[in-house]
Amino acid sequence: MTDTPILQYSFLAPILIVLGGAVIGVLVEAFVATKRRASIQLSIALFTIFVSFISLLRIRNLTSAKAAFNSVMIDGPAIFMQGTILLIAFFAVMIIGDVDHFTAQASAVPGSEEEKSAVQTGRQQTEVFPLTLFAVAGMLLFPAASDLITLFVALEVLSLPLYLMAGLSRRRRLFSQEAALKYFLLGAYSSAFFLFGAAFLYGFSYSVTLAGIHAAVIGGTANNVFLLIGLLFVSLGLLFKVGAVPFHAWTPDVYQGAPTAVTLMIGGAPKLAAFAMTMRLLVDGLLPLAIDWQQMLVVLSVGSLFIGNLAAIAQTNLKRMLAFSTIAQMGFMLIGLLSGVSNGNTLLAANAYSSAMFYVITYVLTTLASFGVILLLARAGFESEEITDLAGLNQRSPLYAGVMAVCLFSLAGVPPLVGFYAKLSVLQALLAPGQTGGLILAIFAVMMSLIGAFYYLRIVKVMYFDQPLTATTVSAPQDVKVVLTLNGALILILGLVPGGLMTLCAQSIVKALGT
Amino acid sequence: MNYLTSLMLLPLLGAILVSTLPKNKSNYAKWVALLTSISVALLGLLIALRFEIDRPGFQFVENYSWIPSFGINYSLGIDGIALVLILMSVILVPIVIVAGWHESEGGRWGSKSFYVLILILETMMIGVFAATDVFLFYVFFEAMLIPVYFLIGGYGVGERAAAAVKFLLYSLFGGLLMLAAIIGIYVISGHQGGHTFDIEKLSQLTIDSTTQNFLFLGFFIAFAIKAPLWPLHTWLPDAAKSATPGTSVLLLGVLDKVGTFGMIRYCIKLFPESSKTFTPVIIVLALISILYGAFLAIGQKDIKGLIAFTSISHFGFITMGIFAMTTQGHSGATLYMVNHGFSTAALFLIAGWISARRGSSTIADFGGLQRVTPVLAWTFFIAGLSSLALPGLSSFVSEFLVLVGTYTRYPVAAVIGTLGIVLAALYILIPVQKALHGPITPGNENLPDITRRERIAIAPVIAVIIFLGFYPKPLLDVINPASVATLTAAGFSDPVPATGGK
Repeated sequence: MTDTPILQYSFLAPILIVLGGAVIGVLVEAFVATKRRASIQLSIALFTIFVSFISLLRIRNLTSAKAAFNSVMIDGPAIFMQGTILLIAFFAVMIIGDVDHFTAQASAVPGSEEEKSAVQTGRQQTEVFPLTLFAVAGMLLFPAASDLITLFVALEVLSLPLYLMAGLSRRRRLFSQEAALKYFLLGAYSSAFFLFGAAFLYGFSYSVTLAGIHAAVIGGTANNVFLLIGLLFVSLGLLFKVGAVPFHAWTPDVYQGAPTAVTLMIGGAPKLAAFAMTMRLLVDGLLPLAIDWQQMLVVLSVGSLFIGNLAAIAQTNLKRMLAFSTIAQMGFMLIGLLSGVSNGNTLLAANAYSSAMFYVITYVLTTLASFGVILLLARAGFESEEITDLAGLNQRSPLYAGVMAVCLFSLAGVPPLVGFYAKLSVLQALLAPGQTGGLILAIFAVMMSLIGAFYYLRIVKVMYFDQPLTATTVSAPQDVKVVLTLNGALILILGLVPGGLMTLCAQSIVKALGT
Repeated sequence: MNYLTSLMLLPLLGAILVSTLPKNKSNYAKWVALLTSISVALLGLLIALRFEIDRPGFQFVENYSWIPSFGINYSLGIDGIALVLILMSVILVPIVIVAGWHESEGGRWGSKSFYVLILILETMMIGVFAATDVFLFYVFFEAMLIPVYFLIGGYGVGERAAAAVKFLLYSLFGGLLMLAAIIGIYVISGHQGGHTFDIEKLSQLTIDSTTQNFLFLGFFIAFAIKAPLWPLHTWLPDAAKSATPGTSVLLLGVLDKVGTFGMIRYCIKLFPESSKTFTPVIIVLALISILYGAFLAIGQKDIKGLIAFTSISHFGFITMGIFAMTTQGHSGATLYMVNHGFSTAALFLIAGWISARRGSSTIADFGGLQRVTPVLAWTFFIAGLSSLALPGLSSFVSEFLVLVGTYTRYPVAAVIGTLGIVLAALYILIPVQKALHGPITPGNENLPDITRRERIAIAPVIAVIIFLGFYPKPLLDVINPASVATLTAAGFSDPVPATGGK
């Protein structure tokens, strides 16, 4: 290539800024004295995310701009998802801001002298902040990637820091390391599957760009078997991140084993990124194949709703229960994604995809607050995990019990909370084409969400109607208190006036589909 | 002026005010809540006075766009049926607050939360009757569950947490079915000229009969759980036994009416054909409810359980009146809803006072109360007589109308339903005779009679019961046009009475 490479730095600025912040974080880790490190790292992380958001605002009106040799596509959904990811990441970093949740020295063997001395001398490592920033950078690239190579890079940049972070728990370190290893191994497998599928897609279309694949699919002369195998394995790699059945097996173990602060990270923004990418791949790249992948998603969604909800009932561990509930919620989200095309008609596609987007955004918002509350309970010196740890929370801290109750009612889909509108919008998208199959799936989903209501409300019961096991009150730093209150209020306010967010979702999708 | 919105905002403001009061002054919370609910009741009466009986359609209409992407509007409006139910609700709330002045003190949490919950519930009760957008109705319908859940679980007695969860899950089950039906009809409206949730526009749709049947069932099952109709009633006795008397009054008196109200406003209005199709089944279920509720009421040992089962019987009458599809049946059913609200309120409140004095709600423990606490016993007796539809007390008029209305179309059902009246006499008179009039149970000798506060609370209820027994005309004048309008719009006409000998 003889042309001067034009990278379009301004379009990439949000991602590059976050990467830069991460690198600075690594340097801080190396050169700044232990005592001041934590606060400096926190400020850098928050400031970086803030600046990145500002730079994103400057390019918010781009409709379909390409950057970095067409490998990055900045369009409506990408910008909207990036903005949401940054907002969620900002909240998340504020909530996990306290380094007490993480091990002092991750490399020290659990229980060893080295570990003890690290704790005693206060040699607290703070690599979790740069790691978070690297992960965020990966998430930002995820929804914008427009070829399979960039997509894979984004997937790895997003995943690797998360694998590490899952092993950083301060308490129960072995358990946490086990979770990290499981997450890593299964994640590595899914990455390999993704690459495998990408190779088949390349074999089919002689192209790694989504546009190229799209063109080849429409051309329709090449080997269809390659295409279907490619579709299957590439989707597998992405749906692993979403955590849909049957790629869900890591979710409960990792949610439970990872430090709650990291569970909050894993359960939050990555879901947004994975959703955005799945949508881009399936819609931008493989829309003509919609009939095929929609059938696949039906199976996944039914499986997720069924296994997620039924398994969640049996859990006594709160984080594990929320993990299974996540699987179920993702099953619901997939319903939005699979209702776009009916009989080759794409008129209703924008409606369906924006409903799925609305679903995943509100879900992540709710997860953030609920894990935030669990995180606060862990402060008393033990990792709060069991559902019984929440007993009588209302008497210990009415504010956090309230935030948690709002989250749970919202997850259960009780109006007027935002989770209800999410379910509503997804279901109406499913029913819109007026197919019998859609009706059956809708009834199934509704019945499953009744089961969901049962286990969510059981926690509300424990919080409000059971006697507390300890009398300790829950204390939290002011900023965390403010963030959680804000988050809870947002769930409530979005419930009363969901129109704005729905319109935003719809607009970004409509721009992208060009309909 | 936006009357209906103001009526809904007022209790909400009261709730916010109560929640900002200092924790240790629980008396302030009570007074603020009471004054708020009284002003709501006064505003409700003002609305009733300004209601124009002869004007067809909804009145006090308000319409604002709420969620434009789904065509959801914040639209309110009331017809005669909604008006009387709202009136009943806003009158019952202050009575419940006065009657249960100390109820809030036995809960898991302070009094403040109790009154906040009651006032929020009042807002939603008004909203659910006033909504003319199906979606808005649904939001209120479901959101109401949350305060009631906390009222039962937080302030009730016995197995309160379990009863609260059972109540909530049962209701959510129905609610979700209804949600599916609502989305269904919304989708259909999209195929026929634009997405909407507006009740008037939705009633104009043409829906093929299979779809209509499914949608009808989605709505009807939700309402049948709410109003409890046999066999979907099992949550009610548990909830009523566990809740405080005040909560039970609001639960049975007002919330359950949303079910029967919904049958009129939504099932029949939106799906007239399916209503016709399912009428035989529903009439049978209603008859079973009437008899089953009555039989189980006779067998109850717990006074609250007794009242709960009598209500199941009464709801059977109301449902039968509605699905008789005659104007008399409809007017009777609507009037029945109001009367049942007041007579059940009286029964629950007095039963609550007696139980609180005695420390037990077992009927057998109330022996000889007629001699020890004559006023309490007499008021209970009057409320009981109203419940068994003695002529001269309010329920008689409505039960009579329901039976007459049913007879013109379903004579057999009406005749079987009449058995319910006989059984009603049994379930009220047996406990009255055995317990109140029987020998004094040890421990009852020194129970105090009715207090001044209790008199103030119960007097208006008894007055309403007697007044409506002799002069139901003002209410019927309001209800009748709405009943006629509903049935005419749905395409039903009253059967011509057979005049013998001509």
